[in-house]
Amino acid sequence: MPDALAPPANDALPLQSRSELRFLTCGSVDDGKSTLIGRLIADASGLLDDQVASLKDDSRRFGTTDDEFDFALLLDGLEAEREQGITIDVAYRFFATPRRAFVVADTPGHRQYTRNMATGASNAELAVLLVDARKGLVEQTRRHAAIVSLLGIRHVALAVNKIDLVDFSEARFREIEAAFASFAAPLAFHSVIAIPVSARLGDNVAARSTRMPWYAGTALLAHLETVETGLDAEEAPLRFPVQWVNRPDGDFRGFTGTVASGRLAVGDRIVVAASGKPSSVARIVSFDGDLPVAVAGRSVTLTLADEIDVIRGDVLADPRHRPTVTRRFSADLVWMDETAALAGKRFLLKIGTSTVPVTLGRIADTLDVESLRRAPAGELALNAIGRVELETAQLVTFDPYAENRQTGAFILIDRATLRTAAAGMVVESLDAASDVHRHAETVTPALRAEIKAQLPLVVWLTGLPGSGKSTIANIVERKLVALGRQTMLLDGDNLRQGLNADLGFDEASRSENVRRVGEVAKLMADAGLIAIVALVSPFQADRTRAAALLPEGRFLEIFVDTPLDVCQQRDPKGLYAKAESGKVVNLTGRDQPYEPPEDPTLVLQTAELSPEEAADRIVELVLARIGAAGS
Amino acid sequence: MSSPAPLVSPNAQPNARPRENHQTIPVPRGRSGLSPHLQRLEDEAIHILREVVAEFRKPVMLYSVGKDSSVMLHLARKAFYPAPPPFPLLHIATGWDFRALLDHRDRTARKYGMELLVHGNEGATRDGVTPFETETGEYSRLMLTEPLKDALDQHGFDAAFGGGRRDEEKSRAKERIFSHRSAGHVWDPRNQRPELWRLFNTRLAPGDTMRVFPLSNWTELDVWTYIQTEAIPIVPLYLAAERWVVERDGALIAVDDERMRFRDGEMTVKRRVRFRTLGCWPLTGAISSKADDVAGVIAELLDARSSERQGRLVDGALQASMERKKREGYF
Repeated sequence: MPDALAPPANDALPLQSRSELRFLTCGSVDDGKSTLIGRLIADASGLLDDQVASLKDDSRRFGTTDDEFDFALLLDGLEAEREQGITIDVAYRFFATPRRAFVVADTPGHRQYTRNMATGASNAELAVLLVDARKGLVEQTRRHAAIVSLLGIRHVALAVNKIDLVDFSEARFREIEAAFASFAAPLAFHSVIAIPVSARLGDNVAARSTRMPWYAGTALLAHLETVETGLDAEEAPLRFPVQWVNRPDGDFRGFTGTVASGRLAVGDRIVVAASGKPSSVARIVSFDGDLPVAVAGRSVTLTLADEIDVIRGDVLADPRHRPTVTRRFSADLVWMDETAALAGKRFLLKIGTSTVPVTLGRIADTLDVESLRRAPAGELALNAIGRVELETAQLVTFDPYAENRQTGAFILIDRATLRTAAAGMVVESLDAASDVHRHAETVTPALRAEIKAQLPLVVWLTGLPGSGKSTIANIVERKLVALGRQTMLLDGDNLRQGLNADLGFDEASRSENVRRVGEVAKLMADAGLIAIVALVSPFQADRTRAAALLPEGRFLEIFVDTPLDVCQQRDPKGLYAKAESGKVVNLTGRDQPYEPPEDPTLVLQTAELSPEEAADRIVELVLARIGAAGS
Repeated sequence: MSSPAPLVSPNAQPNARPRENHQTIPVPRGRSGLSPHLQRLEDEAIHILREVVAEFRKPVMLYSVGKDSSVMLHLARKAFYPAPPPFPLLHIATGWDFRALLDHRDRTARKYGMELLVHGNEGATRDGVTPFETETGEYSRLMLTEPLKDALDQHGFDAAFGGGRRDEEKSRAKERIFSHRSAGHVWDPRNQRPELWRLFNTRLAPGDTMRVFPLSNWTELDVWTYIQTEAIPIVPLYLAAERWVVERDGALIAVDDERMRFRDGEMTVKRRVRFRTLGCWPLTGAISSKADDVAGVIAELLDARSSERQGRLVDGALQASMERKKREGYF
């Protein structure tokens, strides 16, 4: 039985220095998780009288352990669960010793509830993994260990439970300990400790057991009280995601937020990661007076020495150790939605304090958490874990999750149901040049536009091959030039002879083709020009991405709507004829789909309009847009 | 080794393990007085408060004037300093509130320059609903839940802060920090959004609202230690004083005004009592106590043998009654 005379670890420390540990417990059904937490709470802090009264009552009604307190009933909070006898959600429990306060996330062992485990793990610094000494490591144990590792938890306590039911056998304990050590070797844990326990009887939970003289280690509670988990975040480079700009009056402009990592001190140089604009910390303002320093975890308000643009979603960073700023990156996802993940679907991505539209690109593989092997996959079902590529509509700032749990984590929100569809962990940027940081420009796009005395625009003509895009675009440019406007025509076919000469006509190459033309059009607009694009650009997602590069209202999506039979009849480049004879493959409209714009600025039905009339409509629209902007 | 398994292990006995000595509880005040644990809870709560203001159109803070509300309001003043908190306070008044609580409410709102909205259910009061005659579950629905929902709808608030803590009660232990409510303020515990890292999904469909609990991870002891360290003003009812009480169903009911309905044989007696929570006075049990300052309350709490909602007759009736109330739209 437990040794009641063993002194508690630290009974003299005052509340003043009490620290905090957040941990989760996981294990498969019936390993005794809830019993263990119930026992920890009961032994560490003393059960309260009315809780015991309620527990006795519950034990008679729902209990699974005859005539004893069922400690698990302390925890299973919701009626439905009690009736089913399983925990179906994450429950948070609290207890404290003089040295530490604990927040326990109790997470379910059922296979279909992986998402709840990931949820509990995301805010935990340590995991207590339960194993039934009789059963040893099972699929669930491996799965949970893998999720714990993936979510960045670096400290694990393996509680080998029900040791009383194997007669306190050292051999059995050592066997399980060794099996886990070998499985967990690739999981990058910083500390793994195995402890033989009986949650039901209390052995090695709060006090060392006298029934296992062969075990020289500490009891579980003493380990939880002393393990050091927290220093990484303070040692990492400064990251301060701006949460809200506090502007009570014209004089004060404070940037509020929680220091995600590193430390801030008055006078420190910082840079706004996305814009590259530098400044330094003027004050760290607080209700209790200004602070000299704020470390990771502190929620503070700062003011900067310079008047630079900073909004919610910006990340202030150490200029010498900057985060990645990009729109394309790879990530691991834990899929949490009933609807499986499919490539091409669009979501909202929330990372730090920034929420942006994102397209789920390629699904590279899924992780088999039992073997820790990755296998190719086309979709991610509920509770699957997989590596994907993502592309956001605007720049996002992050660090790889392996380096920073705060700035490398994100969620995906389904745009229709608004459910949280996935937990995401950034792996790396997909940009070839990773150490390129944006340099703040002195001459801005706005200044260039002002010199040219015009509002830059992108006029994007999309439609089937042979629909008349190039013809109309040429007339539009001629008319705008005649009106004294400065323009640039980007014709898809012409660009394929130079910039895009390396690209073919498969789906991926078409997307890349459109991406490049979108980027060039944006540069032209930044130069102050009206860029006119004539490009098949068959996919909505690609066009949306191009539109997202420009400020609201500066991208005119014009659908040159010509029926397929008219295009085939016109066939100005002989493409349809060649396709018919097999000399051209992958022709849009014939072999590949064309997605008409969902919400075009203008539709031109060329079956009823001459090219000249169609061009007039566009010019009218452009002038109206420029006029509306007061240029 | 051969002795039978004990029902509760020896070190779970009240005095087997040395308890925390309240003499060592800190007296220093101000920011340096917070332990690393309380500092973390404060930072987390401030982050949550700011996230709501940044992401929602029209937030409101449910202000029950209790100790948790007092801490929440204090945290809000810190979060938005030097500006005042950019949202109003909402108090659901049943008409059976302690007078001392209403005084404290009005004084606090005035002192901090906060807009205060007060809502109740006058119709139900006219219809004769009282804490004495009406069944407590129904009373709570009519006098607290319904006026709360009406007030939120009437003002079009899309997010409401509440002072609920997960350690209060079992069904609260599974409550999210950002608790999504579908149209009609319904809580569906089987269909909650997973809550990962500090990345709260704040998106709402038309008609949906969010309840937000910045104190989710605080315990009763944390609240009191924080009140002490930060010197936060609280309603004096939390501190022991001589009060006129009636012993009823094992609870001590303070007689706060002349509307008290006495049962046969009941007598008012003067006792030294305080309250652990503050609900409607006829439904809130006092406890015998000598703690006439916050340090004393903490000392008694460290020795406490019952969880705090025990004093509330509203909750006591049914197993899982809180879950039912929450599903109906209670906080």
